[in-house]
Amino acid sequence: MGETLAIYDSDRRPSPMVEEFIQAVRYRDLIRQLVRRDVLTRYKRSVLGVAWTMLTPLGMMLVLTIVFSNLFQTTRAYPVYLLSGIIAWTFLSQTTTSAMSQLTWGGILLHRIYLPRTTFAIASVGTGLVNLLLSLVPFGLVMAITGNPLRPAAVLLPVSILLLALFALGLGLLVSSLAAYFPDIAEMYQILLLGWMYLTPIIYPESIIPAAQRWWILGLNPMYHLLQMFRLPLYEGHWPSLERLALAAAIAVVMFVIGWIVFTNRADEFAYRV
Amino acid sequence: MIRLEQVGVRYRVPHERIDTFKEYAIRRLRGRISHHEFWALRDISLQIEQGEVFGVIGRNGAGKSTLLKVISRVLHPTHGRVWIRGTVAPLLELGAGFHPELTGLENVFLNGTLLGRSQREITERLDSIVEFAGLGDFIEAPIRTYSSGMVARLGFAVAMAWKPDVLLLDEVLAVGDAAFQSKCTERIRSYREGGTTVLFVTHDLGALQTLCQRAIWIDHGEIQCIGPTAEVVSAYAQSRP
Repeated sequence: MGETLAIYDSDRRPSPMVEEFIQAVRYRDLIRQLVRRDVLTRYKRSVLGVAWTMLTPLGMMLVLTIVFSNLFQTTRAYPVYLLSGIIAWTFLSQTTTSAMSQLTWGGILLHRIYLPRTTFAIASVGTGLVNLLLSLVPFGLVMAITGNPLRPAAVLLPVSILLLALFALGLGLLVSSLAAYFPDIAEMYQILLLGWMYLTPIIYPESIIPAAQRWWILGLNPMYHLLQMFRLPLYEGHWPSLERLALAAAIAVVMFVIGWIVFTNRADEFAYRV
Repeated sequence: MIRLEQVGVRYRVPHERIDTFKEYAIRRLRGRISHHEFWALRDISLQIEQGEVFGVIGRNGAGKSTLLKVISRVLHPTHGRVWIRGTVAPLLELGAGFHPELTGLENVFLNGTLLGRSQREITERLDSIVEFAGLGDFIEAPIRTYSSGMVARLGFAVAMAWKPDVLLLDEVLAVGDAAFQSKCTERIRSYREGGTTVLFVTHDLGALQTLCQRAIWIDHGEIQCIGPTAEVVSAYAQSRP
């Protein structure tokens, strides 16, 4: 008695971007469940279990260190430099790629059940964060071994990770909204990622790039700035300058806003795709 | 209560299927993408009162599923207005989102949150869901070890755990053995008696007449007849050769 029932009025919807946000918050338990599902199923059938997340970036680092450390002899504590880059990059590529495949998986559901469409991309970022945090454990080990201990500046790390997550979410939403229409977008994106990775100083030190070109090759690469936010506190042990922080934050926020707006405006059409 | 005011749902289908982005870009550049419009629903106006059992009949492809989709918010109407008071439970996709590697218990939470329930709500009903599904110890085993009947029973148990204000039935009730089926019909009946509005899509005219007070006959996305079940059924029967 006296209980107010929810009313759905298709005429009175708030704008899609606002509505998706409200619904995504309402469905936060679903997002939690999707992340849980991804993390659990990844490890349920593997012998190594949780250790696998830690081993992959470690393995990559090992191989690349052996191959390249001669080449980049001048780079101090190369394993730490390398691993910090790999972890940040793996986060970006995994979450954005997963956002696309999750939307495809969920697309079938969307034809039958109402769901806030952004949950898939958000859950992908959530899973990526879990994997990132797990990979920080062996990373800490590597830091200790190479005599590059954790400095107080590392306290800033959560901020860097948050900015990375915001950027990845925006990008994930953007590419998944395209991939919803054309399956080949997913393949094209993998190629783009590959090229982008080589343009970002993950494996090689910045000094490799000729000084004259450095400002625009690195400057125009949004991932470079976000990577620096993640790498500097760990590798150099000091805080990024306020300018760097502001630039990285602006990049992350802009990407998020663009991705959110584009995705939510198109979201209604996903269920219409025949 | 459900109210539809001149609701239309229009699909824009490209004349030729464009499967890849490359094709799309090429065609776009040449200015050669043409669509044709297909109205899955056209000018649908109706009002269903709380507690009614309302039947929906029509040929396949007539627009019945689209009507349910517009009511369950899967589709936003291209035209017109959909107004619904209360929660809508579509009994359309049992076991949606089930992941084969997760246990029955874990999947209950996944499926429940997919249907819009909170973690807390699911925890509260967990025992009764598990009991209703009647899977015994299998509830702790991964779903890939289940038979299809067991999966459907679990899906149904989760979907029917909460009394909705509006229940959408799309001929999905052929799950499980006779004992389970009677449990299901019993639960649906108890919800109905509790005031749940039921939309029943079926081809079974007999069931329609027994269960529904009013009905609608849809063809080509338009209302052909709406009113007391007997009227609608006879109009529908007369139209068929």
